[in-house]
Formats: sequence, structure tokens, C-alpha cells
Amino acid sequence: MSVRTRSGRVGESARRVDGVPKVTGAYAYGSDLRAEHMLWGATVRSPHASARIHGIDVGDAARAAGVACVLTAADLPAARTFGLEFADQPVFADGVVRYVGEPVAVVAAETLAEARRAADLVTVEYEPLPAVTDMEQALRPDAPLVHELGNVLRHVHIRHGTGAEVDAEVWVEGYYETAMQDQAALGPEGGLAVPAADGSVDLYVATQWLHVDRQQMALCLGLPDEMVRVTLAGVGGAFGSREDIHMQIHACLLALRTRRPVKIVYGREESFHGHVHRHPSRSWIRYGAKRDGRLVAADVRLLMDGGAYASSSGPVVGNAATFAAGPYDIPNVAVEATAVYTNNPPCGAMRGFGAPQVCFAYESAMDELAAKLGIDALELRLRNAVQTGSVLPTGQVLEGPAPVREVIERCRSVPLPPDEPLVGRDAIAYPGGAGNVGRGEALKRGVGYAVGYKNVAYSEGFDDAAEATVTLRPSADGPVAVIRTAAVDYGQGLYTVLAQIARTELDLDEVVFEPSSTDSGSAGSTSASRQTTMSGGAVLGACRAIRETLGEGPLEEPIARTFTYHHRPTTGLDEEGQGRPHVSFSFAAVRAVVEVDEELGLVRVLQLAAAQDAGRVMNPQGAEGQVEGAAAMGLGLALTEEVQLADGAIRNASFTDYLIPTILDVPRIVSEFIEQPEPDAPYGVKGIGELATVAVTPAVLAALRAATGRPLNRAPVRPDDLVGIEPPVRSNGRAPIPDVPGQRPIPEYHGLGLGQQQLMKARER
Amino acid sequence: MTITTTVNGVERTVDVPPATSLLTLLRDELGLTGSKNACEQGECGSCSVWLDGELVCACLVAAVQADGRAVRTVEDLGQPDRLHTVQDAFVATGAVQCGFCTPGFVVAVADLLERDPHPSDETIREALAGNLCRCTGYSKIVAAVHLAAETAA
Amino acid sequence: MSGLSPGTLAEALEARAAHPEAVPIAGGTDLMVAVNFGRLRPESLLDLSGVAELSAWERRNGALRIGAGATFARIASDLGEFPPLVQAARTVGSPQIRNRATIGGNLATASPAGDALPVLAAYGGDVLLASVRGERRLRWDEFLLGPKRSALAEDELIVGVEWPLVDGPGSFAKVGTRNAMVIAIASVSLQLDTKARKVRLALGSVAPTVVRAPEAESFASDALDWDDPERPLPATTLHEFGAFAAAAAHPIDDVRGSAAYRRHAVDVLARRALAWAVDDRRAA
Repeated sequence: MSVRTRSGRVGESARRVDGVPKVTGAYAYGSDLRAEHMLWGATVRSPHASARIHGIDVGDAARAAGVACVLTAADLPAARTFGLEFADQPVFADGVVRYVGEPVAVVAAETLAEARRAADLVTVEYEPLPAVTDMEQALRPDAPLVHELGNVLRHVHIRHGTGAEVDAEVWVEGYYETAMQDQAALGPEGGLAVPAADGSVDLYVATQWLHVDRQQMALCLGLPDEMVRVTLAGVGGAFGSREDIHMQIHACLLALRTRRPVKIVYGREESFHGHVHRHPSRSWIRYGAKRDGRLVAADVRLLMDGGAYASSSGPVVGNAATFAAGPYDIPNVAVEATAVYTNNPPCGAMRGFGAPQVCFAYESAMDELAAKLGIDALELRLRNAVQTGSVLPTGQVLEGPAPVREVIERCRSVPLPPDEPLVGRDAIAYPGGAGNVGRGEALKRGVGYAVGYKNVAYSEGFDDAAEATVTLRPSADGPVAVIRTAAVDYGQGLYTVLAQIARTELDLDEVVFEPSSTDSGSAGSTSASRQTTMSGGAVLGACRAIRETLGEGPLEEPIARTFTYHHRPTTGLDEEGQGRPHVSFSFAAVRAVVEVDEELGLVRVLQLAAAQDAGRVMNPQGAEGQVEGAAAMGLGLALTEEVQLADGAIRNASFTDYLIPTILDVPRIVSEFIEQPEPDAPYGVKGIGELATVAVTPAVLAALRAATGRPLNRAPVRPDDLVGIEPPVRSNGRAPIPDVPGQRPIPEYHGLGLGQQQLMKARER
Repeated sequence: MTITTTVNGVERTVDVPPATSLLTLLRDELGLTGSKNACEQGECGSCSVWLDGELVCACLVAAVQADGRAVRTVEDLGQPDRLHTVQDAFVATGAVQCGFCTPGFVVAVADLLERDPHPSDETIREALAGNLCRCTGYSKIVAAVHLAAETAA
Repeated sequence: MSGLSPGTLAEALEARAAHPEAVPIAGGTDLMVAVNFGRLRPESLLDLSGVAELSAWERRNGALRIGAGATFARIASDLGEFPPLVQAARTVGSPQIRNRATIGGNLATASPAGDALPVLAAYGGDVLLASVRGERRLRWDEFLLGPKRSALAEDELIVGVEWPLVDGPGSFAKVGTRNAMVIAIASVSLQLDTKARKVRLALGSVAPTVVRAPEAESFASDALDWDDPERPLPATTLHEFGAFAAAAAHPIDDVRGSAAYRRHAVDVLARRALAWAVDDRRAA
């Protein structure tokens, strides 16, 4: 893609570099790819949450019309498992299945219809086993074990000051739940594997991190890295669902076996089964304070359901634990946070990465405390907000800007939406939308606030880096910058920002991008709101190196420079949860205004206002777009989105019954940005993409509580909760604290790190 | 089953299995991958096309139902160097992020503006209720519709 | 031949009789979902979308007859004198869906959540069927037998619905958790028949089929002051009506909603529908 514009520098709303092919339909996503003599792949998946496999008969499938190949675990040439953190996830179920939807076999055929029909002909003899499908059940000593090493994946303990043993004049205590949310990216999983004559393979795929895919693929294909090349195809959204391996290894295995290109695309129903989800959570939280509102203690017990395989549950629960007390100065903090294995669908990265779940709990508890103290909810937050120099519960000192008070005040200052007449509106302007359910009856407005925070980039000592190569080339029409990066832009506008950086640093207009592939060094994942910092830093560094070389001289020959950007180091958590686990922090305050039909329990959101600490806004239009999209996702978790499970099976794996917000559900979103530059970050940026998701859910719940007076403690809220048919969810008491060797994920204590091929054994007979 | 249908002004004849959808015919037989398959059940609108001038979800039209009829897809709306007003407005307002929903929206918006050249916010939202977007939160899409309406005027 | 595309009803009926394996399709908004998900694999299709006479409607002999092929888009734009029908049409899916989905499709699918079905029931309408053997008509509740089950014979096609024109206001309302694109958790359609002095109430998504609520109907028919349109109904009467309506519902818990909420929603919707009808009558 080549762009030639004048108004494309840092700080401007530069036009997207990939906008034109996207509006004409020419942009090729992983699901659009085709090749000559291509085969289609289809996956056979387990209908059981837990079962032993006694036999797999692929005979009928292999003989079916159009079928070229059927593969199972018996056909695996090398490593049999993969995983982002721990290689605990089988390429094909190997003697045992651990969740409904787990891949058992894969078929390649001439057409998709033939592949799907043949997949139905694969016969698997299952012996169902007792399954553990509740996160508290998983902690019980008599629970079925998902893996040999036990059902605890990780337990994080944080103790700051005297922990929870402290005198407070006032205590509040609450129990909160969040359900399983799905990323529901519009673009389904899809890619094309093309075998080469020398036994190597090329994969074109929609993903979030090319190099981590390649690392796992190479081990499972039994090939050296150089013989597995991953090139980025267009990605139709991800939000965490494309960080884990999905069809990559399957497609390559089929391609290498059949010696033909193989395309695999998941349908929507399959997509729900084919990627990780957001961890459902249960939180028991207590806040202790003085009567003047100053917090003295926070005591949090957090439990998250990681599902059948580890994915990134270890970092997610670690992240959540560090944020569980909220962006407040609290001298004494105790956090006990556990991620468990169950036979539910695996959970992993989703926008917010543990922060949304804890923000819902701590902001709900703060509102409880404010009510109990008789202090205004925002005033309570202003009294306790962290600032630069604050010491967080992990002992980490907040070194960068922390404009929590500023975001709260800015959010509060956004004008409220005007009152609307109760009667006489168009039918769709009432809660319930096009359903014609009201003419103004029982309408109540409510306003609620929430403050959230999160880290930018990876944490706990992860050695994160991003590489980029910039080449400055002379041309008849002026200098051109060519950027080569393996970074993925799955919609947030990263490439546009990188182009803006190059134009600013090299004072030119035309920027060209080479295709993103594993030919260049890793740029890391597009997640954790990290890419503007990391790949932006890499491009910035490369441009500066070019300028140094060029000096004042004329550009006669191309100059290429490669730069690898590292952020400042972080550390893990010691045995009391102390350390410097995060690179930097970002804060947001959100206000929600809702209108509730109190008799029907239906909601119309009138406005979402988000004030966000952005460091530096690189592209105002792009930044707003990120906040608006993040807000809509938080709104979904508040009102309509829940992966419903019954005995480990997803009951609503379709867009008919997994309800993401439509244009009639998302209101006008007002975004405000506070720009206090982050030191050491390129241009002072912080990440943008996740915070509104973190804070919108509790803001909407707070507004609903204000409107209805009901003590809502679960997200998403259902009409049953709003009309009072369903009482608040109750807990059976705090989940017990497991006995663990330390703060690290348990597989590490068994010597099972990434790249290690210890097979997770099937259960003994 | 042999189908003859006029697609973007050109008569095309293809052989497809029975019960194939129009979307599959467009994408896999004719290589017109601009219309997307995101849900396979008419919930998301990313496969929106015109069938004899009416806005429909191509995934819900059986290919045989397009026999002898005219289909128009996003590919017919504009070219990279000569974008349709709606397409240009989407880029200009930042209404495109991952872009997967964009072709369906562009077609649905073009359809709306043909019937109502200056729609209100409520009309826009009701008309686009069948187009899902996961990236943008819809605000800039509404802005794009207004911009396209003003520009075309 | 695996694609049948008749141009007239007579051709369509012959094709139906001669090719029973060909699955009839008009709007395809239910059928193609099943096909795309691999739940249905028809060897061939009988495309009814080219049979123009199936889309027509007319008033005749004090009744309205709507062809099975009438789409919800055309119903919404052209049948404005029937507010309940237009309101139901407007709640169906999206513009893309409304341009294709037909009233005949609602009947063929026979889901208790079909949006036009409570309206048909409230109007006391008949379903018109035809085959090469001739025509017949069934009352709506003789046609709808259970969830996704109807009395349609193997060689029959649905050609339309018909109901007697009635004087009086009415409405349709449907509850879903999202503001658009929802399958009804509960729905009601109410119709006043001022000449017969009857209130009619039909409920959707709260029983194996769409149902009428006879006790609620006779309660309201007695409670309304038919001679004095200015007379409002007391709140207690509305609440009793809602309670009767809820008692006529036999909902289940499913992935879309709970039985308890459905019963509650019917109570509220019925109460509101009656209040609106009384208001609309006063305003008329």
C-alpha cells in the first residue's frame, strides 16, 4: 500500500493507509484467500467436555467424495502439543478430550461442503468422564482433574502493608460475578497453507503475532523455523481471539501431507469453539475506610475460570491481581487470585486482560462504600485516587503521569444528554427499540461512573521487544519511506500511525509498507495496547538512525536501518506479590447515562462519556475510534453478551443468541483525552485500545443501580435482574485458597515451559 | 445446477450444487470476495448485496433464486481511483477499522441514501440495524452517512 | 433438474406434486440458515420467489387476504391501515431480512416466535393452502400444531392468509434483550373489535405455538365501556387483564430468556396493549 498525503504527521487525523481497499472490498482477509488446486479443510470437534477416546474411525470419511486426507493425533510428526505459555494443548485430542469443541481430527477435500460432510463421517468412540464445569468445584479436593498437575493453574498472593488485618472505621463487603464474554470479531478464523517443493510451508493467516505462531507451528510440524514462513493476511478484528493457535497447524499438516494448498475457514458457530474467551470471574471484595472516606484496606479474593488449557490464563490472573484493589492509595492490601482449569472452553486474552473483571468488582464496592459513608461517589474516588509517586499494592511506584483526578473531572464536565419527553417519541427511541414495547411507561434515568486502570505492554519480566526496518529511498517524486514490520494491524490503525511517525521523522509524504511476515524479526503481539509504543518505538528508532547516517547530505542511495525497541524492564512478583511488574499505566473515567423501562427491565443507553489518559494522541480520529469500539465492547459485557454454558457446552454459539450490540444499542460516545506524556515512551504515548472496555461495564452497572435501586452484582445484567424477578447472585462463601509452591503458574514448577514438549498425559486407566 | 445471473452488469453462468447460497456463488465461483461471510445466517449484514435492486443478505438467497436476475455487489460501487461517495466518506470519517463489516455497510448505506438522501440519526440507525460492527462502536459510521449525504447533495 | 423456478401458482403446485424432494423456498431467511449450518441438505429447491401472484393482497368481501409471498418490507410500507401488522413487520430482523422474509415463511417455519403469527391469531385469521388436489383453508390454530410443526400436507403450498376486517385499534409488541435483531422472548398482539365488542389477545414465544388468551379476552371484553370511548380503564382493571394474560402463557426457560420473565413480560405487554387501545380509541 502506498500513500501520498500531505496531512499525515503525528498528531493529525491522517487518513488510514488501508482504507481504500477496505471500502472497495479488495482487501484480502485470511478467509478470502485462494490458490490453484486448493483443498478446503474442516475440523472434527469433541461433543463432550471430558471423555476418553477409545478409537477413531476415519475410514468412511477418507473414502467420501472429494476427500484427499484425514488426520488425527496418530498422524502427528513431531510435538503433539502447543500453547502460548505452556505446551499443554493437543494439536489433536490424544486419548482424551477436555472441552466441548476440542479438535479431534481434520479433513481436507475439494470443496468446503465435501470437507464438512466428510467430517461428519468421522466416527469417534468416546467414553464420557466426569467433568468439572464450575470454577469453585475445580478447587474441591474431590473434583475431577483436568490435567495431572491439578486444577490450579496459578495462584497469586499480594500482601501490602499489613494486608487485611487492619482496623477500619467502616467496612463494605461485596460479591460480584462476570460472565464469559466472546471477542466475536466479525472476521472468522481463516488462512491458507501452501507447501513448497523442499518440504517447507508458507502460511498466510489472520493472526495477532506471527512469530509466536511460527514458533509453535515449527515444533509441531517438526521443521526448523526457516522452513515455516508465516505471512500476515488481512485480519477482521481479533481482540485477543487470534493470539492462540487455531487453524494454523492443522492447515499446514494437511498441506504438507497432500502436497496441495489447504484453506481452512471457521464458520461462526465453529469460531465460538475455535478460540479462547474472556475468563468468567467471581470476586469477594472488602474495602475498609475511615469515616472521612480515606481507604485503609482492600481485601480481594478473585477466582477465574481458565477452561481446559492454559493459554494466557497465567498472565491474565497475574494482571488482574495487580489491579484488583483499584487505582487508589490504600496502605494495606491483600489479594488472593486464582486461575483454575475446568472442562469449560479455554479462556485467554480478551481486550482488558483481567482488568475488566476486577474493575467491575472494585468500582461496585467503591459505590457501596460511598453510599455507606454518605459521600458522593466521585468525591470518594477523588479523595483516594493514586497519583505520580503513589505506591501500588505490588510495591511498584507509579513513576509516570497518573492523571486520575483529571480524567474524573474531565469526565464529569461532559454535558449530560438533554432530557427527552417521555411520550410521543418514535417507537425505536424507547428501551426495547424496534419492539414497540413502550410509549413512555415506567422510564427511569440513571447516571453512573467508574474509574479503571490498566498496564500498557507485557508484564512480570517478559522480555518484550519489537523490530522494524525502515528504508529511505530516493525517487523522482521525492523521498519514499518503506516500512517493514511483522506487526499486525487488525483494525486499530497501527500502520497509519507508523506511517505518520515515518513522515514526521523523515519529513516526507510517501510511505510504503512491505508485507508482514516472519522474514523480519518479531514485532510482538498486537495486544496489551502495546504496539504504538513498541512498533512505534521501533520505527522511530530506525528513522533516527537513518537521519544520523544521512546527516545534512543529499539522499543518493537508499538507506535502510533496523531497530529493535525494548521497553524498560519489569520484574516478576516475589513471594508477597511485590515487584515492578508493569511498564506503565493508563487511567480512564467513564460515565454512563441510561434509561430503564422498569417494568420490562429493558435498557437504552443514552450516552457514554470516556475521559482517558492517553499520554499523546497520535491520530485523534483513530484514538476516538478505539475508545468508541472499546466502549461498545464494555457495553456488551454489561448488557447483552454472555457465552452461556451448560455442562461445558456452549448453548449460544451464533450471532442470533450471542448478542453483540447493534447500532441501535450503542449511543453517542464522547471521548476526551488527557495528554501527559509518558517518559521513555515514543512521543510519550500510552496505549489506547483497552481502557474503555475496562471501565464502561461498571459505569453502566452503576447507572442501572441508580435508575432501579437494585443491588446488581453480575455482568451482564438481564431483564430478570432489573425487574427484580432474579435476586442478586449469592456466593457460598469465599473460595478457599489453594496450597501452591509459589507465585508462578504451576506448570513452571513441573518444568513445563514454552518450547518444552512434555506431553500432558491422558488419565491413567 | 446451472445458474445464469447478471453480476455487476456482466452475465455469468456457473454450475453449483443445489442449495448453494448466492454468497458462496459470488465468493467462491466468481471470485468476488468483497461480500463477506461472518455469520452465515443473516444476522450481521456483512454479505449485503442488491438483488434486482433490493438490499438483501446474500447468505440467505439461494443461488437458484438469482437465476435470470441481476446482482450488484460492493465491487460495482467504486474503484480505488474513483470511490463512490459513501466509500470516500467511510475513509474520511474513520468509520473503517478492521474493515470486515465495511463492504456490507457501504452497500446498505448506499441503498439507504438512494431512498432517503437526508436521513436523520434515527432513520440511519434503524436502517443499519442489520449491520454489525465490532470495532467502531458505530459513531463514525453514522458520521460517514451524514457526510456522504451532504457530499452527494 | 435440481432447480425449479415456477412463474405461476399453477406451475408451482404441479412442481410441488411432481417433485416432493424439492424444498420450497421463498424469502429463505429461515431455510437458508439451516442449509448454511449443514442441518438441511436439500437435493433441490422449489423457488417460489418468482410467483408474482403469491405476493399480492386485496380486500374482498369484508376480509383482507395477503399472499404468502408478501415480504415484511412491503407489508410495512403498504399496509399502514393495519398497525399491528406493520408493527410486527417493523420488528423483523433488519432491512435486508425484511426485503426477503415473508408472511408465508413465518407460517411454514411455524415457530412460536414468528413475528406475524400473533397478529394473525389476534385477527382470527385463516391460512390458505393449495395443492394440485385443490384448495383448503385452516384456522390459524388448526394450522399451527406445535413448535416448528404445522398441518401443511406434503404436496401443499401456503398461498396466503385471510382475516375479516375489523374496526378498532390494535398493536403488536415484542420483547428482546437487545434493541434490534432479536428473536422474541415474548410478544403480544391485541385487537379491539368494536362492532363485536370483543377484545382479542394473542401471545407469542410463551407456549409451543402462538396462543390466544380467552380468559383475558372475556375479562377485558366485559370490562371495557364499549359505548363510551372517553372512559378510561382503571389501573386495577389493566393489572387484572395482565394477570389473566400471564396465566395463559406456558413459557419455558431457554437460552433467550427465563419462563418467569416471559410470564412477567406478557403481563406488562398485555396491560400496555390494552391501555394503548383504549387511548387510541379515545383519540380516534
